Amino acid sequence: MDKGKRGIWFAASLLLFLALWEAVCRLLAIPPFILPPPSSVLHALWELREPLFGQHLWATLEEVLIGLGISIVFGSLLAFAMNRSRLVERIVYPYIVISQTIPIIALSPVFILWFGYDISGKIAVTVLFTFFPIVVTTYDGLRGTDREMIRLLQTMGATPWQIFTKLQLPSSLPAFFSGLKVAATYSVSGATIGEWLGASEGLGYFGRRASGNFQAPALFASVLLLSLLGMLLFWLVGYIGQRYMPQTRKK
Amino acid sequence: MNEKLAFSQVDFSYGERMLLSSFDLVVKKGDFVSLIGPSGIGKSTLFQLAAGLLQPQAGEIRIDGVATKERLGKIGYMPQSDALMPWRTVVENAALPLEIQGCSKKEAQRRVREELPRYGLSEWADAYPHELSGGMRQRVSFLRALLFGSDLMLLDEPFSALDGITRLELQEWLLQMWRQTGSTMILITHDIDEAILLANRVILLSGSPITAPVEREVPISYPRSTASRNLPAFLELREEIWRLLRQAAGARVQGGVVHG
Repeated sequence: MDKGKRGIWFAASLLLFLALWEAVCRLLAIPPFILPPPSSVLHALWELREPLFGQHLWATLEEVLIGLGISIVFGSLLAFAMNRSRLVERIVYPYIVISQTIPIIALSPVFILWFGYDISGKIAVTVLFTFFPIVVTTYDGLRGTDREMIRLLQTMGATPWQIFTKLQLPSSLPAFFSGLKVAATYSVSGATIGEWLGASEGLGYFGRRASGNFQAPALFASVLLLSLLGMLLFWLVGYIGQRYMPQTRKK
Repeated sequence: MNEKLAFSQVDFSYGERMLLSSFDLVVKKGDFVSLIGPSGIGKSTLFQLAAGLLQPQAGEIRIDGVATKERLGKIGYMPQSDALMPWRTVVENAALPLEIQGCSKKEAQRRVREELPRYGLSEWADAYPHELSGGMRQRVSFLRALLFGSDLMLLDEPFSALDGITRLELQEWLLQMWRQTGSTMILITHDIDEAILLANRVILLSGSPITAPVEREVPISYPRSTASRNLPAFLELREEIWRLLRQAAGARVQGGVVHG
């Protein structure tokens, strides 16, 4: 099936889903503080446009982008260091594996404790969520370089730096981008949890407050925006990868 | 002395297993030498030693008559798989050795473009490897090894993954290239016909460890073509090499040492 057809089918099923939701809410007279119909979610989104789009969305977006940026820079650097030095790899890799198995949500309050209730605490939690997928996939990508190609470059007299820049770096990019896609969606979760744990702005904070006040339409509006933010980041990473990765670049 | 590459009294072992013991080999300038022998005997190790990826535990390896420890960057090497970078076009792939030698990307690619017509690749300059046939990929790989600028080339079963027809084409093509460039070529192959057709000297590697390789001159003058396979001299030599290989294999089985 081509892309256009898929899009039409998805749009149709989404509309059907929303219509069913609306109908169930109305026909069964479900109280709106339990499950608001889509129409009232959209209404809330419109009513609350000023605080949502003027303040909270930007606060969350800032945390997400700074956190993700820190993870990309330091995660890649750590992966490079592990690839370069066996010692670093031996020391660091076990912790990376262990850190994947512990529930990071449980660790989040510790980070808030250390980094405080202002934006740095949320950024720290976002980094906590996004750092490891980037390190692990980038490192695996670097390690997965074809041995025969490395040997060929060595016979050409290439320096380790040339082997890194001309071979390992480009050949690890697909792995890096698939890690970044995962990290992009995690980053929104990270920022949201950071805000739950204590904040004065942001979509996570807004949603939790709405939940506390039984304002279900407002809560759903913030959830909708968070989901869209995650999807947008995911799509953006995929697009950048397609556009700039040498493997998929086309003349 | 017109010696291009020489192994002299070379010992080499992988852990417990000795692959070469007091091994001697001399390749003269402009030679085309085929190395043939059962698989797993250490032919690729021999190449890795020659190219400088490995160092012998005893003995010396000479290039142009000089014992050379730093051989990386001195010998052109064409690996078994084409080893082309899938994210680089034909031109960009072939320009790689020039880039490594410090040539600017632009200059390197300009020089590659000049060479492409000779290799029948001008139409494919900006194609990616996955758009090429296996035979064309090997030509790009060969061009890359040539542009590296060494007049000594190691070819590690370059045609083993190709279909029969393409293989015949590329064998004739390789002979032309050899005569045009005047390079010294050493070819590893499993195929007796290929070994004889291309080389002026065939070297049989046998034994574990390899000690004294058996050499045979090929008594057929160049230029050769696929038709040279039907010459009586060719058939005779093929019989002889086949017999020697079988003897070697038999000796290995009797000695209780069988390596895959």
